[in-house]
Amino acid sequence: MHEMSLAEGVLDLIEKNAAEQGFARVLGVHLEIGELAGVDIDAMRFSFDAVTSGTLAAEATLDIRAVPGEAWCMSCCHGVSISRRGDPCPDCGSYQLQVTGGNDMMLKSLEVE
Amino acid sequence: MMCTVCGCGPGEQSIETRGHQHEHEQGHGHEHDHAHEHHADDGLVDYGQGPARAHAPGLSQARMVEIETNILAKNDDYARANRDWLREHGVLALNLVSSPGSGKTTLLARTIRDLAAKDGDYEVAVIEGDQQTSNDAERIRAAGANALQINTGKGCHLDGHMVGHAIETLAPADDSLLFVENVGNLVCPAAFDLGENHKVVILSVTEGEDKPLKYPDMFAAADLMLVNKVDLLPYLDFDVSACIANARRVNPGIRVLEVSATGGDGLDQWYAWIDAARSFARVGA
Repeated sequence: MHEMSLAEGVLDLIEKNAAEQGFARVLGVHLEIGELAGVDIDAMRFSFDAVTSGTLAAEATLDIRAVPGEAWCMSCCHGVSISRRGDPCPDCGSYQLQVTGGNDMMLKSLEVE
Repeated sequence: MMCTVCGCGPGEQSIETRGHQHEHEQGHGHEHDHAHEHHADDGLVDYGQGPARAHAPGLSQARMVEIETNILAKNDDYARANRDWLREHGVLALNLVSSPGSGKTTLLARTIRDLAAKDGDYEVAVIEGDQQTSNDAERIRAAGANALQINTGKGCHLDGHMVGHAIETLAPADDSLLFVENVGNLVCPAAFDLGENHKVVILSVTEGEDKPLKYPDMFAAADLMLVNKVDLLPYLDFDVSACIANARRVNPGIRVLEVSATGGDGLDQWYAWIDAARSFARVGA
């Protein structure tokens, strides 16, 4: 359940930006989480609610956009989409894949007042 | 030195120090000298300066603020500081990850004894991560290495910050070898860079050969897989080649060694791998 640590990371970023940019309340939080980032979205939502309780983001809605997994197939020499690590290349069936995208988790933007 | 952006969180973590426990609690005093950011819980976020002070009824002041920051940015800052320190001192740091019961601590104790017998030049320090108890650190000290226990409390993984403090306290010698024995967990430690040179994942043959597919993130993050307890293979229905094929499905570049920490099988290859990795660490590569 490392989502709790991740949610704390989100709250840290929110509080740091609140101090720097002068906002008092967060209405919306927009995250982008890659399909290959190893994050359970339900656990992330649960953890976010738990860690933001009683903070400036207590009322914030959490919007999470899933970013599709991308990989480079070393057999076909082109980019392909995969939704899980360990899946084969959808074109040639090879497992010689190098993940190139969808493995990050970003705090994109905040709706604040 | 290590901690340039310290934000020690409140909680149940504790890092052993010589003779006493260093508890991380709110409002604690710190014994190391680094720039210290205050905890959010300290209430230092200043709400008074915002535009919301001039609130007019019926007028929405909501606005969008672009952040574009990786959620793990803070951990990655700590990890980078650790990595810089380790590189500067030529220390090879190996982060050992596995399920509970894979034989990590037994392998580590044997490795420490064998390396000391093989070559007196091998100075070894160990950071032990567990939710509770210092049993593992005691086993490691009994094997002759300098060891420090981190208890993560309810935490399921070590992070860059805890390891930074542990390195400060342990102060590994230049050109030495540092093992980090992570909390037994094949999921959470995958996401947290500690600044190590390599993650080494240990899978014992008493587990399932499909574990690399069940927990792909960890096997994708590791540079080396040790298949441990191979002396038990005659008594088990474990397909080593299927296990290796599964690991290479999620990580085509992963290296694999078959070992037994109690029987001694494959340990010379493991020590040769450490030698090679240590040579790279010494030249900063």
